[in-house]
Amino acid sequence: MGLGGMREASLQRTGPLAPWRIRLLPWAPALTMAAMLGPVLAGLLGTLAPALGYMPALGGTGVGTAVFADLLAWPGLARAATLSAVVGLGATALSLAIVVLIVAGWSGTRTFAAVERALSPLLSVPHAAAAFGLAFLIAPSGWIARALSPWATGWEQPPDLLIVQDPAGLSLILGLVSKEVPFLMLMTLAAMTQARPAQSLTTARALGYARVNGWFKTVFPAVYRQIRLPVYAVLAYSMSVVDVAIILGPNTPPPLSVQVVKWMNDPDLALRFRAAAGALLQLGLVAAGLGLWRTLEVAAAFAGCRWTLRGGRGNRVAEAGLRLAALALAGVSALAVFAGLAGLLVWSFAGLWQFPDLLPQDLSLRNWDRHGPRLAAPVAETLLIGGLSTAIALLLTISCLEAEHRHGLRPGSRSLWLLYLPLIVPQVAFLAGFQTFALLSGLDGGRVPVVLAHVVFVLPYVFLSLSEPWRAWDVRQDTVARALGAGPDRVLWTVRLPMLLRPLLTAAAVGFAVSVGQYLPTLLVGAGRVRTLTTEAVALASGGDRRVIGVYALMQALAALAPYLLAIFLPRLLWRNRTGLRDG
Amino acid sequence: MIRTLAGGVAVLATLAVSAAAQAADPADWSAVLDEARGQTVYWNAWGGSNTVNDYIAWVGQEVQDRYGVTVEHVKLSDTAEAVSRVVAERAAGKDAGGAVDLIWINGENFAAMKEQGLLFGPWAEQVPNWQFVDPAENAAVTADFTIPTDGLEAPWGMAQIVFYHDTARVAEPPRSMPALLEWASANPGRFAFPQPPDFVGSTFLKQALLELAPDPAVLGRPVDEAAYAAATAPLWTFLDALTPNLWRGGQAYPQNGPRLLQLMADGEIDIALSFDPNEASNAIANGELQDSVRTYVLDGGTIGNASFVAIPYNANAAAGAMVVADFLMSPEAQARKQDPAVWGSGTILSMARLSAEDRALFDGIELGVATLSPAELGASLPEPHPSWMVRLEQDWIARFGVSE
Repeated sequence: MGLGGMREASLQRTGPLAPWRIRLLPWAPALTMAAMLGPVLAGLLGTLAPALGYMPALGGTGVGTAVFADLLAWPGLARAATLSAVVGLGATALSLAIVVLIVAGWSGTRTFAAVERALSPLLSVPHAAAAFGLAFLIAPSGWIARALSPWATGWEQPPDLLIVQDPAGLSLILGLVSKEVPFLMLMTLAAMTQARPAQSLTTARALGYARVNGWFKTVFPAVYRQIRLPVYAVLAYSMSVVDVAIILGPNTPPPLSVQVVKWMNDPDLALRFRAAAGALLQLGLVAAGLGLWRTLEVAAAFAGCRWTLRGGRGNRVAEAGLRLAALALAGVSALAVFAGLAGLLVWSFAGLWQFPDLLPQDLSLRNWDRHGPRLAAPVAETLLIGGLSTAIALLLTISCLEAEHRHGLRPGSRSLWLLYLPLIVPQVAFLAGFQTFALLSGLDGGRVPVVLAHVVFVLPYVFLSLSEPWRAWDVRQDTVARALGAGPDRVLWTVRLPMLLRPLLTAAAVGFAVSVGQYLPTLLVGAGRVRTLTTEAVALASGGDRRVIGVYALMQALAALAPYLLAIFLPRLLWRNRTGLRDG
Repeated sequence: MIRTLAGGVAVLATLAVSAAAQAADPADWSAVLDEARGQTVYWNAWGGSNTVNDYIAWVGQEVQDRYGVTVEHVKLSDTAEAVSRVVAERAAGKDAGGAVDLIWINGENFAAMKEQGLLFGPWAEQVPNWQFVDPAENAAVTADFTIPTDGLEAPWGMAQIVFYHDTARVAEPPRSMPALLEWASANPGRFAFPQPPDFVGSTFLKQALLELAPDPAVLGRPVDEAAYAAATAPLWTFLDALTPNLWRGGQAYPQNGPRLLQLMADGEIDIALSFDPNEASNAIANGELQDSVRTYVLDGGTIGNASFVAIPYNANAAAGAMVVADFLMSPEAQARKQDPAVWGSGTILSMARLSAEDRALFDGIELGVATLSPAELGASLPEPHPSWMVRLEQDWIARFGVSE
């Protein structure tokens, strides 16, 4: 209570200095929520109407369940839905297992430092680019097969093996895991700083617990509570992914989200209704998946408690195996992304490159000459949209966090849920409806609405990456600065923001990368007129020419990587005489 | 809530129709040219082919220099994206100032837009260069999958199904559907077609249907149940036998036509098909395909059709779009398009209607290494009525598309 009183007192002191800010800042959380949730809710409504049969533009004026009956009659529905669920749950469970085993088994070691260094580049590779790279790597005519043929395999021509697009979705799971492990790792590392595991671990080890065993019993419960929402986001994303699933997933039938997009794009306009119903089913599927996951959480917690109470110290030999297995899996998935990207790099310089040649017959700048000059405009557009949406997201995030700091408007766990809504609601379920609403409001077809649409997706990530370091900032710095006579604004601008430069830049980098990767929002809200690297890449990639894909994927990765590099090196440069600030 | 909103949509729609009614009149061409100058035409066209993208960029440069019209190529991964766009605009009552000015379109997409009244026009038969087109000589330019175009879309290229094979691996390719089945049974996993409803994949089904149906004449009429069952029975028998011998045993399919090029270059298949008679030559010239690949057609002929451009009813720059479409039908643009070094797509113009000078533009074109001469290509077979394609796709999906 004493702290609250102090805050109030300081609030009154600043009153005369900046009256407008006092009135504006408390509104920041509400404004932020509106910016994120408005489009999602409007979009869901816009999907619900055609799903119930209402879409006058296409002659649907009645309301009923006929559209759902049509959807249920589609022969592939059960398989498509099962596939979505299996792939989503599988990819999430595998990613989570790899991440926690690595953190449990390796944190504090030199290996772990290497893992951390690989994170930024891995995060910056766009999902689709990683998927294309992986597809070329593991296909029967891919790089691995070429490296082993014909001397080891005896293959003069590629074997007819179903590896990419296998009916069980295994290559799709692998592709998702390779991109979700870095994301969950980033989130877990942020959670670890809060959980302060060193003490509990030392105690556990002193009591004779093996490394991983002790970590799971003492640290994991606290860490998992922190990363639960990111895990849900991963589950929702993996269940409803479209671009990666088109490249790596099966197609007889495809996962439900892909089929919904196919219906949306079918020349038969009547299928737009079925697409809307399918999108709602996808939403229900994700909700059910989250419910199942939550049940598993409860079961795991129960089992975990009993396991802990039994007091076993853990088998060191088995643990060594687990640690190595986790490292190997993470290593393979990281290597797959890097090698795939290297493959695309080679393709971007390739002429004819036939099986089983390990390298192309001739390398030239031809592809870059051909596409390079056309890259300038989309690159500029990508940077502009990414920069603007990240800036807006940062501004809203900082306003929220500062409002929380000054006025005690700390969001409860319920509003944190809301923050995750745009990441959990499948894009196919609300983007088409959102497009209709954007059109109705006249906000459509230009750069500004695209920026606003990007903010919906950028904001959650920026908020999530910035909020922990922001709250972890030592409030005594504030007290000292205020005691020296600085107002709250001055403290913000001259003390807090500079001290938090590194996390600010990291949050900006994460947000920028998210913006760079947006395909459907850019296409639908931008009316196809706003052309970014990603919209160009997807359109050109529909032809399947790996040379073009290589050029564009590399540019995409570069655009997303540049801010990460900035986030690492700028603080070192600016704070070269302030050791304590260099690493945030 | 929904009802109020929808009511609002309906009101907006009626208000906006009157605004859209007043657009450029193609009969007064100089007025169209005046209105077009300074306009930006957002041309929504599939962007998956380097060759096509380069050609569209050239068109943009030319109409900019000649008519002051700016062309922005909106690269689509699927034509239906543009159709969806127009549908969404109509749903929101945006009946003027739409985002799409020109669409590269044909077949089902055209039929759907025409049926829903989403197209501007008629205009195509009133623009100046239409004088070089002769529907009596080439019926495909006014009948899109048997649907009359009624001046709602202008043709800009001819396409015909061709097959291509790697001569290093297959010396003598199968030239009929039964022969193809026999070859595939002897060489399992070495032939693929794109997954219907991709249009090349669907066209493969129609090609097989044309050849196998007991009475192909019924295909020109709208589908009826009795005729459908009789006409398609041999097709399903054929596909039941062929599918296990397809690439990946029919458990996975390439997404579209250009993917087949990559599979051929990777050595994963030996025979493929394309809707662009010049595609193989182009790919060879660009180092994307081995130069042992050659093109062939089936003995009974193959399906051909025309590609069109259409203008949505709410286009923002209808005048500019007509100017671009007219330029696409000019002898110069057509001759450039037919040049295999550029694209190699067949012309929609009638040679008899061209001046000697313009005809010389076409005579000077050299064919690509893997391109058939018009005589070798032969006359194209007409597309079945689009209702057949819809039914074929549905049934194919139910039988083969979702069965693992």
